[in-house]
Amino acid sequence: MPTFNLKINGKKHAVEADADTPLLWVLRDKINLVGTKFGCGIGQCGACTVHVDGSAMRSCLLQVSQAEDVDITTIEGLSERNDHPVQQAWKAIDVPQCGYCQAGQIMTASAFLNENPNPSNEDIRNAMNGNICRCASYNSIEEAVKLASENIS
Amino acid sequence: MKNSFSRRSFLKTSALASGGMLIGFNLFNACKSDVELPLDLSQLNYKDFNAYIKISPEGKVTIYSVNPEIGQGVKTAMPMIIAEELDVAWDDVYVVQAPLDTENFSGQVAGGSQSIRRSWQPLRETGATAKQMLVNAAAARWGVAANTCTVKSGIISNANGETLGYGDVVEDAAVLEIPEDITLKDSKDFNIIGRGKRNVDIDKITSGKPLYGLDYKVEGMVYASVLRPPAFGQVLASFDASKAKALPGVIDVITIGEKARALLNAGKPNWSVKLSTTDKVVVVGTTTWDVIKGKKAIAATWKTDSDLESTEDHDAKLLDLLHGKKFRTRRKDGNTKKAFANADKVIERVYESTFLPHNTMEPMNFFANVTEDKVHLVGPTQTPEAAANAVASMLGRPVEDVHVDLTRMGGGFGRRLYNDYVLEAAEISEAIKKPVKMVSTREDDMTTGVYRPASKYKIAAAIKDGKLTGYHLKEACVNGNMYGLIPNFFPAGAIENYQVDSAQLKSNITVGAWRAPYTNFLASAEQSFFDEIAEELGIDRVQLHMDLLDNVKKNPDANIEYSPERLQGVLKKVVDTSNWGKTEDGVYQGLSVYYCHNTHVAEVADVIMENGYPVVKKVTCAIDCGIVVNPLGAMNQARGGVLDGIGHALYADFGFKNGVPLANNFNGYQLIRMAQTPKVEVHFIDSNIAPTGLGEPTLPPVGAAVANAIYKATGKRLTKFPYLKYLNAETEIIG
Repeated sequence: MPTFNLKINGKKHAVEADADTPLLWVLRDKINLVGTKFGCGIGQCGACTVHVDGSAMRSCLLQVSQAEDVDITTIEGLSERNDHPVQQAWKAIDVPQCGYCQAGQIMTASAFLNENPNPSNEDIRNAMNGNICRCASYNSIEEAVKLASENIS
Repeated sequence: MKNSFSRRSFLKTSALASGGMLIGFNLFNACKSDVELPLDLSQLNYKDFNAYIKISPEGKVTIYSVNPEIGQGVKTAMPMIIAEELDVAWDDVYVVQAPLDTENFSGQVAGGSQSIRRSWQPLRETGATAKQMLVNAAAARWGVAANTCTVKSGIISNANGETLGYGDVVEDAAVLEIPEDITLKDSKDFNIIGRGKRNVDIDKITSGKPLYGLDYKVEGMVYASVLRPPAFGQVLASFDASKAKALPGVIDVITIGEKARALLNAGKPNWSVKLSTTDKVVVVGTTTWDVIKGKKAIAATWKTDSDLESTEDHDAKLLDLLHGKKFRTRRKDGNTKKAFANADKVIERVYESTFLPHNTMEPMNFFANVTEDKVHLVGPTQTPEAAANAVASMLGRPVEDVHVDLTRMGGGFGRRLYNDYVLEAAEISEAIKKPVKMVSTREDDMTTGVYRPASKYKIAAAIKDGKLTGYHLKEACVNGNMYGLIPNFFPAGAIENYQVDSAQLKSNITVGAWRAPYTNFLASAEQSFFDEIAEELGIDRVQLHMDLLDNVKKNPDANIEYSPERLQGVLKKVVDTSNWGKTEDGVYQGLSVYYCHNTHVAEVADVIMENGYPVVKKVTCAIDCGIVVNPLGAMNQARGGVLDGIGHALYADFGFKNGVPLANNFNGYQLIRMAQTPKVEVHFIDSNIAPTGLGEPTLPPVGAAVANAIYKATGKRLTKFPYLKYLNAETEIIG
């Protein structure tokens, strides 16, 4: 099996894996970063969202062979003290119900706000549309992204 | 008041070896009289009690809760109730899920929106009893009467102005008798209940800490993926695993099914088990991806051993049942036959719904380690005790050998009431003699589900002299029927001649409870039909309901558990808060009012037309669930239920062709997404009545609120789920 050199949350990892292994399963099963969640495996639900060079990407669709020479950030590395403005907003609004999709929601929201720190409500609704929440905590997610944007800007 | 539970050993107390006091309590069952609480916390036995409170000499309060948490918020709300009566600061309370490696754990079921309703009184009595013991200990030390002492936030004061903290007296309190007389707080004195408290797991959720079944792992654990028949009605014929076995991460390929079949043949699998008789091919490997890949490399053939059913067949057979005579009468008032024969006019509609997969975001998975000494099971289940019993039966082991540890669950919605995936994990582990995690993919979950059954209703109303004189509802449903008191929900009791009949279609497709079973569609059917009745009668929709509910007040009936007054209350509230009847041009409103899961709800949907399509912009929701324990959690449940209901009413399409499910992932099955969501505005009725549940009740009525609004906007009566499919199919003008 080939070895791949990954940079995850600022730390280097040499991982042995089949070249077609999705980054999602490398993170979860090999590096033990289980905050990134499996939901659909086909890039439809957003539960596995991570940052690749700062952009939100579906780790279930990104093969490990494509993940070298980039900076990967997972929910565990979004902030050191669980205090990124998006995490703070999620806590202030008390967004989660079951909570399973929320890491992906937070990663999508944080990459989005990095690019667009002053979004309209419509911008937020479009940006978050790729992430499914089966508990339908959408009103709270929308409010939390808005709150985070206010705290950032 | 008298502590009504103490004589049944509802509570036990003990002094801990490590200092402080442990209180064990059992919410639902009498404990065995010989149960001893441990001195050492590591010896906690969750079989005898459902939960524990520990008070340390420092005055810190820990609540060990084993209730299954599926996102309904009980892990936060239930400890709040204890903390309120115990009279401690919420910030001093630490909530812990039952620790791993507990012996003989058994928890409650998460289902039916019943956790808060059933535990309200015992949780309060638990907190109040502990508080009384602490006060008694302080009073004894001071030599004063206990009733001259007061408590605030864990500090006990006497009339002389002296104070003692709970931690100061906890060692004395632990050896006192459990008091018979305790005083519960007046609800106006609550300072935790009714104040929004955040999810106790929120820090772990927002930082990605391991919490869920899929996150659980132990040294030496392998993964397993199960290949099941592609169609209902098929079983395994043969398979070739040579390609799979050649893959580097694949450890082995085995079959399972024999043990489950023996359990089925013995005729006594418990209710939580939905198993097929087929053999299944299992790929065992070192990572999840290895077994997903390995499964794709299996070449299997399948043979048909029962009907390969299609949605068209179900539709035709259910309609035949509805129009036939094979019914079981569930409730009958007066004489509907006569009422319909004498009617000036009869209106009738058929309402139709599809099967639905649950689609919990966390797919089914379970950890099992079957060894000679014990059977260790870890993962997400809404029914841990039933799982333990079923696994014990299947493996021929005493249930005492089986330990189930609970994880937080990535959704339940009823799917995890059924433990088929737990049994698979156990059968695999026993076969390979290793700790194993059985992992399902989304495709596995969606195509081998325990679905909400497809059902159809035919509702007829008799009208005479401008009045509603008869109401006859017939149900035809696959492998199930409305149960319990559902036939006695509104409008039972409101109409002189009233009848509910049900018929069942047998099928080889597995079905089960799906969030708000049966009412999740029944409410949409009935509350749409009432819109038609009001129109036919030429009466205002709100007035029709008010009048019908007045009829219920005049005719008390022991089988009717809904309150006409409380339904009228939510109706008034939603009218007052939704701008009902006074909206600007282009905003169309629909109303729905419903009672289920002991909670009364009224909803108004605001719909506008955009590019010819109806868009739900806002839903106003009025709820009477009694006292709102945790307003933050309650708001989340209420809004989530409304949006979930809208999503499944408008978009969710699911069926079968020759036994094969027609969708297998989110590219072929639409769940509601943010851009489709309206704002949900929630109003709770101020109440001093004991609380009822919120996990389900806001979902059932919303379909009709939306359908009734779309009718106003388009003139189309929607009767089939998913509404938008049929709206678009039947209308040129708005497409």
